[in-house]
Amino acid sequence: MAKKTAYMGMFTALAFVFSYLEFLIPINLGIPGVKLGLANLVTIVVLYLMGVKEACILSFVRIVLNGFTFGNPAAMLYSLAGGFLSLLAMALSRKFKLFSVTGVSVLGGVFHNLGQILAAVLVVENAKLLYYFPVLVLSGTIAGTVIGILAAMVIKRLDKGMEYK
Amino acid sequence: MKKNDVILIAVLLTAALAVFGGMALFSAKSTKDAEAVVYLEGEEQGRYPLDQDASVKIEAASGGYNILEIHGGKADITEASCPDKICVNHRPVNHQGESLVCLPNEVVVEIVNGGEPAMDTSTR
Repeated sequence: MAKKTAYMGMFTALAFVFSYLEFLIPINLGIPGVKLGLANLVTIVVLYLMGVKEACILSFVRIVLNGFTFGNPAAMLYSLAGGFLSLLAMALSRKFKLFSVTGVSVLGGVFHNLGQILAAVLVVENAKLLYYFPVLVLSGTIAGTVIGILAAMVIKRLDKGMEYK
Repeated sequence: MKKNDVILIAVLLTAALAVFGGMALFSAKSTKDAEAVVYLEGEEQGRYPLDQDASVKIEAASGGYNILEIHGGKADITEASCPDKICVNHRPVNHQGESLVCLPNEVVVEIVNGGEPAMDTSTR
């Protein structure tokens, strides 16, 4: 239990730092929502090595911490909607074993963007925002692939050395 | 990576590019007579033709504001009271269906094709 708590603390801190890193170096392509999603690397690693519950807790804590530290309520709402859908898609696709880590990460990226755009549609009551969805599918797929390949490497190496059960 | 991963990535990329390409082709012809329509909390507030330079201050119910500039046939939000500035960082828009969004102020600026039945611009 103590080891698990220590791992969770470390992973949460890492995810938080990754979020901050992305906040410091924003990739502004002119369309909101296009980003690498570095913090999702940690979420995927935890999802595979520790479990769905742990990944949910980590994601939630990171988003709330982020929102209060360098975000704002609107950004937090976006992130929560994206994070929730993303985790749901990743947990399900991992369970059904159709894809490897990379495929799971791609689905996570795309569903994250879907969650964000749906939250925006609900807030401003304008369904035409879905116009940007194709661009976001494109960016989510590319970012998800990169993060997925990285996550697969990390999982392979951590799986041997990590003891928490 | 498994074979399924590659298929998933290929399908997503192809689908997104196809839809994106289709929309780009469609909207390329439709920028003439385009208008920027301002929505506040889902309600239409006004329409501004893109061929006339203008600067509009959109006052949100929460006390916030966004400055919409129309310049060179494109609409751009140049200033906003919101903390995240997502709308300000968005590139200027001029294609049918494109939009600028400010979530904190619940403001949407959407580009629509002109030539539709004349709407009452002095709404409510």
